Amino acid sequence: MATKDIVLIALFAALVAALGVVPNITLPMAGGVPITAQSMGVMLAGALLGAKRGGLAIVLFLVLVAVGLPLLSGGRGGAGVFFGASGGFLFGFPVGAFVIGYLFDRHIGQPSFLQGLIYVLIGGIGVVYVFGVPWLATVAEITLWQALVGSVAFLPGDLIKAVLTILIAREVRKAMPNL
Amino acid sequence: MLDLYVEGRSALHRLGPGWKILGLAFSGTVLFAVDHVWLSILWLAISLTLYAVAGLPLWRAWRQIRPALWLFALIFVVQVLLHSWQLGLLVIIRFAVLLLLAGLLTLTTRSSDMIDGLEAGMRPLHRLGVRTESISLAISLTFRFIPVLTSVVHEVREAQSARGLERSVFAIAIPSIIRTLRMSEEISDAIDARGF
Repeated sequence: MATKDIVLIALFAALVAALGVVPNITLPMAGGVPITAQSMGVMLAGALLGAKRGGLAIVLFLVLVAVGLPLLSGGRGGAGVFFGASGGFLFGFPVGAFVIGYLFDRHIGQPSFLQGLIYVLIGGIGVVYVFGVPWLATVAEITLWQALVGSVAFLPGDLIKAVLTILIAREVRKAMPNL
Repeated sequence: MLDLYVEGRSALHRLGPGWKILGLAFSGTVLFAVDHVWLSILWLAISLTLYAVAGLPLWRAWRQIRPALWLFALIFVVQVLLHSWQLGLLVIIRFAVLLLLAGLLTLTTRSSDMIDGLEAGMRPLHRLGVRTESISLAISLTFRFIPVLTSVVHEVREAQSARGLERSVFAIAIPSIIRTLRMSEEISDAIDARGF
């Protein structure tokens, strides 16, 4: 891996951390629903950096959270967050970023808005939930179905983030065509 | 650098991070392998004793559990309706113990020691062809970049607030990301120039 790739991975990991530190970025069109810009970082990492670099950037971010830095939005951090109810979602994040990146990487040319959106939905929601829901079912001793129903509350927010990711990624790529 | 570590001189503070992680993994395995409420209660007592040994007040332990309280309530209700209150109790105690022990690891171990431990643990991978020095470089770069990027995001946010856009995700994310990506070129040239 070239030095530039290592630097990009580290910069993006730090950016995801920084987005969690800055409070109160909300989305006007969602009726004031607070959207933490941080969880969008996972989708953006995949869409902008590609499979390998995007996935590794999120792994690196999570390693720093695990060793005790309060980098998750709301100042949470430490090994405990991985044991919590949403631990599975955290483990799903780097895989989700990888899958998004993979789908973008193998696409020839620029994907259209809809194609990009499908990629982000598969990786950023599909893959992440595949990790998060069984984990929730295991720690809470409930069935997969119950865990899935319990996670549906986050779906509207995640859908909005997926749309935002594509809009942001397209603007960024316009400004920086050769990432 | 911000850290959740709490200064102290107890035996737990001095214990190597590898042992603490091993203890945490062991506890998790045992608690899930043996579904018995008394074992969980025993483990809970041990965990709270360890907090005392580390010289951490009880509110520190409470702070580890507090964010999960709503979930505890939810789990308990579901378990009572579907199975029994005993199972509900077991699940909640087991959950609380893991949060307490993971929290204890974080509170008694410096992030820098954890990273040193991590790098030591990765050394054998070197023989398998993994470039572990790249990983070390990436970790230390991220440490250095977090304050830099926090100020980048703050600056962008202030610039946008002059336009009344300080709460817009687009107006903050797009310029921040572009500035971040532009930085990468110069930084990697600087690192290469120093012969990494």
